[in-house]
Amino acid sequence: MDIELQHIHKHFGPVHANNDISLSFRGGRIVGILGENGAGKSTLMKILSGFQPMDGGEIRINGARAAYTGPQAAIRHGIGMLQQDPLDVAAFTVLENFIYGQAGGLTLKRREGRARLEQICRRFGFSLEADTPIAQLSIGQRQQLEIVRLLSQGVKTLILDEPTTGISAEQKTILFNALRDLAARDGMCILLVSHKLEDVIALCDEVAVLRGGRLVGTRDMPATTGELVAMMFGQELPPQTRQPLNLEGAETVLALENLTLRGKRVIVENLSLRVRAGEIVGLAGLDGSGQEMLLRACVGLLKPVSGRVIVGGETLTGAPYRTFLARVVAFGAAGRLEEGLVAGLTLTEHIALVTETGALVDWSRARCHTQERLRQYNVRGRPESRVETLSGGNQQRLLMALMPACPLLMALEQPTRGLDVDSARWIWQQLLARRANGTAILFSSAELDELTAYSDRILVFYAGRIFEIPDASRASVDELGRLIGGHFDGAAGA
Amino acid sequence: MNEELIRTLNSIVASATPLVIASIGETITERAGVVNLSLDGSIILSAMVGFVAALASGSPLVGVLAAMFIGALIALIVAFGGITLRQDQVAVGFVLTLLAADLAQFLGQSYSRIPGPQVLNTSLPLLEQIPVIGPVFFRQSIFVYISYLLVFGAWYWLFRTRPGLAHRAVGERPETAFARGARVNLLRYLYTGLGGALVGLAGAAYSLSVKAGWSTPPSMAGDGWIALAIVIFGGWHPFRVVLGAYLFAGLRVLANIIQRTPDVSIPVVLLNGVPWALMIVTLLLVSGGTVERLVRVLPRPAQKWTRNFLRSDPPAALGTRFEPE
Repeated sequence: MDIELQHIHKHFGPVHANNDISLSFRGGRIVGILGENGAGKSTLMKILSGFQPMDGGEIRINGARAAYTGPQAAIRHGIGMLQQDPLDVAAFTVLENFIYGQAGGLTLKRREGRARLEQICRRFGFSLEADTPIAQLSIGQRQQLEIVRLLSQGVKTLILDEPTTGISAEQKTILFNALRDLAARDGMCILLVSHKLEDVIALCDEVAVLRGGRLVGTRDMPATTGELVAMMFGQELPPQTRQPLNLEGAETVLALENLTLRGKRVIVENLSLRVRAGEIVGLAGLDGSGQEMLLRACVGLLKPVSGRVIVGGETLTGAPYRTFLARVVAFGAAGRLEEGLVAGLTLTEHIALVTETGALVDWSRARCHTQERLRQYNVRGRPESRVETLSGGNQQRLLMALMPACPLLMALEQPTRGLDVDSARWIWQQLLARRANGTAILFSSAELDELTAYSDRILVFYAGRIFEIPDASRASVDELGRLIGGHFDGAAGA
Repeated sequence: MNEELIRTLNSIVASATPLVIASIGETITERAGVVNLSLDGSIILSAMVGFVAALASGSPLVGVLAAMFIGALIALIVAFGGITLRQDQVAVGFVLTLLAADLAQFLGQSYSRIPGPQVLNTSLPLLEQIPVIGPVFFRQSIFVYISYLLVFGAWYWLFRTRPGLAHRAVGERPETAFARGARVNLLRYLYTGLGGALVGLAGAAYSLSVKAGWSTPPSMAGDGWIALAIVIFGGWHPFRVVLGAYLFAGLRVLANIIQRTPDVSIPVVLLNGVPWALMIVTLLLVSGGTVERLVRVLPRPAQKWTRNFLRSDPPAALGTRFEPE
């Protein structure tokens, strides 16, 4: 099926999120929709899939004008969207979710539904069991279920919003194979919204790039990462170069001795680690392999079962988080809104939490501080707006603004998760500046490029086991990928 | 079987019936994501109105309809406050429960303790012949038979029909329901009104049958709160809700019997507290990982049903607002 978008406009208050966008998509093609955070790509896709009305413009399907409101109406026109956080119901079973929304009589007709579900799953090698509650599925499986449901509802154009965030490598392979198959065999039109350029390069036949609400251009693939970045940002960013730091003679900031940590599923045993001032240690591994536990143990948020934690020469094992903070240790949680910031408080209130240490808050002074810090940290947001209204990049910059300027040690969980290339670079500039002042940094990341680009050393976690790569500059992304998958044997290193 | 025991069981079923009807009504409302906290006052006011309407018209049916109208009206005020005016549902419901209870006492002053129409027991032919079960369950009033239908109907609707899926989805994750074509706030109004009508029916079941007549202070005061607790105890599942109502009524009847027994001296207050303590203990047992551990040892076909039956999580979007983009 062919889709034509003509002169689409969408305003949010003063923001012109989509400004006169005209694009066309043909069946049988996989198209990447690229752009940095806030470029308008999600808005455009929500308009196409009926989640948001447009202010002006026209959608034509196979040449005929199509006017619809609501996602269900869009599905009737053959357009379905898979949200980043799949829109399902956690309390339902797989089968109930599959049936819900599909046409049919009063009763559920479970038997028919089950047969149809199994039939589509078999075709793509999806592993979905009809009676499992959604709450027990991984994000990857929930995505599979949404795709299966949309296909069963007769969707001919499938939009996917950041589908590879939070799913395993294996699930990604299955997903990509399914998408290629749908485009090639069924002539479906697949639209992939992503800021993971490697995914776009691997999958897409063409790309459309948005910037600041406008369409910058389209081009056929293949293209290199550099070319795509150039289109997204209007310039080609130079590859980040690592300044080699001389760590000889630098004092030890953090020492872990025979540390044993126990989590819900993973146990890390007998870990010893010394981190010197100015050193950056990257922690690699699949989610929940033990790296988060290590980060939390370093700042006193997780009590070790045994062993010692020494910060700045002082043994702090078992001391409360407050004591660690007093030694100027900073922690950044992956869940920005859940753990890092307080949803419901304004930016000024956040800054006041840090700067106003007395019993009474001097709001005019706090507002001054806020203005200053927002400028300094390049946070795009008004001091009086609530923190949850900020974009991910701005939330992360605000988190940086709340951390002490010159900490001894920073423990950061996925500091650039979900950020576009530009925001991620900005965060790293800040981190590298602190490192130059002698701050030691431990960070976890799911991005292999990020780990090899910035770490001095990398620790790879696999089910609580740890493999050390002493010189990260010599590690290749391939090697790192193998290690993360648990292939420790035969690898050189500790 | 012992005549006395059968009579006791029969009276437990009868006295539990308004609780069953009210808590099924509240289950329907809360499954759609709206919490109607006005139950207690709502039951009292609709009991009074039901009695007075039946008295004035001479027809219990008119009384029942009037009571259901009052229940639905109060529930729709909660919905209007919570959905359209975007106020806190708990606050609106709480204020309404106080208001409705006082209003009932004020307006019903001149009808206190006067004789009026009553719905009498009608045995169901054939069914009443079944040993034990017949005399316990099928020699009752029409309200009791309606309550049986309501329990099965609510279960069938919620878990066996397509509109039932939408009903639950609206209470669990309205964004999803919206994406699949449901008119979320309209459905919430509908199920709040329907649940409220059943709460009104429960009021009529009191004043026209179980505690026939009207008196100030009202004899059913406090039962609305019990019905709210039974919904939680019942894990928002009709079958468990009905069990909870029977259990509660059973303990209450038992407390009465013990109280009347001359040589047992247990303080009344203690007896009255037992049902609540039992509820808390049960809630502790069925919440958290205990259920899942239990379910895993069962044979596979029984797992899903048991999990559904024992699940104690409230509807995820209970008491929240939804605004379509």
